[in-house]
Amino acid sequence: MSVPREVTRHEDAIPQLADVNVPDELKTWIEQRMAMYPDPKSATIPCLMQAQKLHGWLSPDAVRQVAAVMRVTPAYLVSVASFYDMFELQERGRHTIYMCTNISCMLRGADAVMAELEAAVGVSDGDVSDDGIFLRRFECLGACDIAPMASVDGVYVGPLTVDDAKQLVEDLRAERDVLPAKHLTKRPVAATFWSGGAPAGSGAGEA
Amino acid sequence: MDELLFQDIDEPGLNTIEVYERRGGYETLKKALRELDGEQVLAELQASGVRGRGGAGFAMGTKAGFLPKGTMDKYLCCNADESEPGTFKDRELMQKNPHQLVEGIILASYAAGINKAFIYIRGEYDAQASILEAAVREAYEHGHLGENIHGSGFGVSLVVHRGAGAYICGEETALLDSLEGKRGNPRLKPPFPANAGLFQGPTLINNVETLSNVSHIVKHGGEWYAKIGTEKSTGTKLVSVSGCVQRPGNYEIELGIPAREIIFGLAGGPLPGREIKAWFPGGSSSPLLTPDEFDLPYDFDSIAGAGSMLGSGAIIVIDDSVSIVDVALRTASFYKHESCGKCTPCREGTNWTTKMLQRVADGDATPMDLDLIAGVQQQIMGNCLCVLGDAMAMPVSSMVNKFRDEFEAHLEAARASRTPLADAPAKLDLVGGLVPGVIA
Ligand SMILES: Cc1cc2nc3c(=O)[nH]c(=O)nc-3n(C[C@H](O)[C@H](O)[C@H](O)COP(=O)(O)O)c2cc1C
Ligand code: SF4
Ligand code: FES
Repeated sequence: MSVPREVTRHEDAIPQLADVNVPDELKTWIEQRMAMYPDPKSATIPCLMQAQKLHGWLSPDAVRQVAAVMRVTPAYLVSVASFYDMFELQERGRHTIYMCTNISCMLRGADAVMAELEAAVGVSDGDVSDDGIFLRRFECLGACDIAPMASVDGVYVGPLTVDDAKQLVEDLRAERDVLPAKHLTKRPVAATFWSGGAPAGSGAGEA
Repeated sequence: MDELLFQDIDEPGLNTIEVYERRGGYETLKKALRELDGEQVLAELQASGVRGRGGAGFAMGTKAGFLPKGTMDKYLCCNADESEPGTFKDRELMQKNPHQLVEGIILASYAAGINKAFIYIRGEYDAQASILEAAVREAYEHGHLGENIHGSGFGVSLVVHRGAGAYICGEETALLDSLEGKRGNPRLKPPFPANAGLFQGPTLINNVETLSNVSHIVKHGGEWYAKIGTEKSTGTKLVSVSGCVQRPGNYEIELGIPAREIIFGLAGGPLPGREIKAWFPGGSSSPLLTPDEFDLPYDFDSIAGAGSMLGSGAIIVIDDSVSIVDVALRTASFYKHESCGKCTPCREGTNWTTKMLQRVADGDATPMDLDLIAGVQQQIMGNCLCVLGDAMAMPVSSMVNKFRDEFEAHLEAARASRTPLADAPAKLDLVGGLVPGVIA
């Protein structure tokens, strides 16, 4: 079979599985994911995300591991990863705060909350604190009903006051559930919520 | 009007197959597989008149009918990228009633002869993606997905695919590239996805809300559905209301009710002591409307008739405490950040518009710059590969045109607050020229 001349299949540049120490769990995950698509390359983004979860960021090692299992070049993977906001090609912390500062959140005071987060974490937009909290502004996260809001390690919380921002960072530092009363998934639809309906504590929303 | 998509939406456990089936879920699928062929299901979708809920408002049945007949692999991509600022309705549907969507996907696949389906969900929706994955697993276990579903001979697979944060991947051809494991750049059309989409095969792409309507249409019939709403905007619509209102959230309405009923009736109107100054009727890509347009019927054609668009059905309300200059800047910088860079008018236009608006916000511009901004928007519109460029140009020009007075007042206030040249301790900076008011 001839080797198509595209970056993704440049055989010399693909790390050999024997040379890369891929954790078994990751290897199995990637292989199963590749089998879910007519073209295994479709698994690229989910596999990079899985590697990022494992390593904390897309370190050169993480990228090589995915490349070796998927049989593509690391350069291809980096070219894909650099397109997407959720991939981190630089080291980041143990915790991630995405603070939404898009229109609806701005209209409800997101900039003040962001300023307070920066003060509480002790870094500015896009930086990691010494104790491993990564803070960045983010575009609309699809939760403008709880504006201003943030996604903390993937958990949506809001509406946030300036005081909540301090509490949020304290909760993170104490390694406990962040602002439990403000989780989006516990909120019933607007009509129920605003008529004073009980929170949907039923499991309907719990992931 | 009874709720359709949001019926008992917060019933405990509705996200599980037990509760969904207890309420009659998947019965429509079984009945359709038993009694109707794919063409008949397609005919119901066409009769319903249901239009796409993802932004463009194209008739769903018509689009499904574009797919070629034959036994090749055909694909369905459910667009769950939901990244248009102001929009959060699909999130609620997926989190609370995932099986309504899954059943709709299976029925739509049956109608168009599709054998492989995907849900492309934005990566940030972690909780919702996990819920969907569980729902898909359950649907397989109960024999609603896979090969030879309920002995009908028809089979379809379904995979939940998470994105990784890029607004442009909601554009349908960028979504396809992203789903193929590439950077999410839009493709040149034609060919259209119906002919050459995912893996170059025939592909149907529909929004979460559009597909969530399908089981109801098939259950009650297209004709029944077409009686809801207006003649050309049939059905109900989930409206995401956010910004400066008392009760933000998702509301299900019958298409064609006055916008006033949504903004004031459902969402409670402006915050205490405030007045509404402007509103986006369909997400941040839609041109701004003003309070004298509150009585417009909220449907596709009426909003388009007013020079804007219903888009994704996201109403963002702006009150008199907010500067339109700030809104314009935030809007433009969003599109600048999300432009994929593939074509020049969008890549350069979003970048320069943002820079110019920053200067306006900083008070470093003159009214002539406003003309320049408006001119740049004209250059962008209609000249891009996909509609992202227009999605910035349309709202930004509406702001500059409709709120020109406010922009000028902002510039004038900034000018007046500067230390007048004559009184300033001006100093001659030999490199940079005369710098008024700066002592450094
Ligand atoms: C920049 C851009 C972003 C878009 N984002 C979304 C989106 O997040 N979700 C969506 O359903 N459609 C989105 N669309 C519209 C899709 O291209 C497509 O029209 C839609 O998914 C078709 O489904 P529908 O007919 O059911 O609406 C977007 C379009 C553009 C140009
Ligand atoms: S209009 Fe913008 S987002 Fe769309 S293809 Fe061109 S550069 Fe990319
Ligand atoms: S603008 Fe912040 S979640 Fe939409």
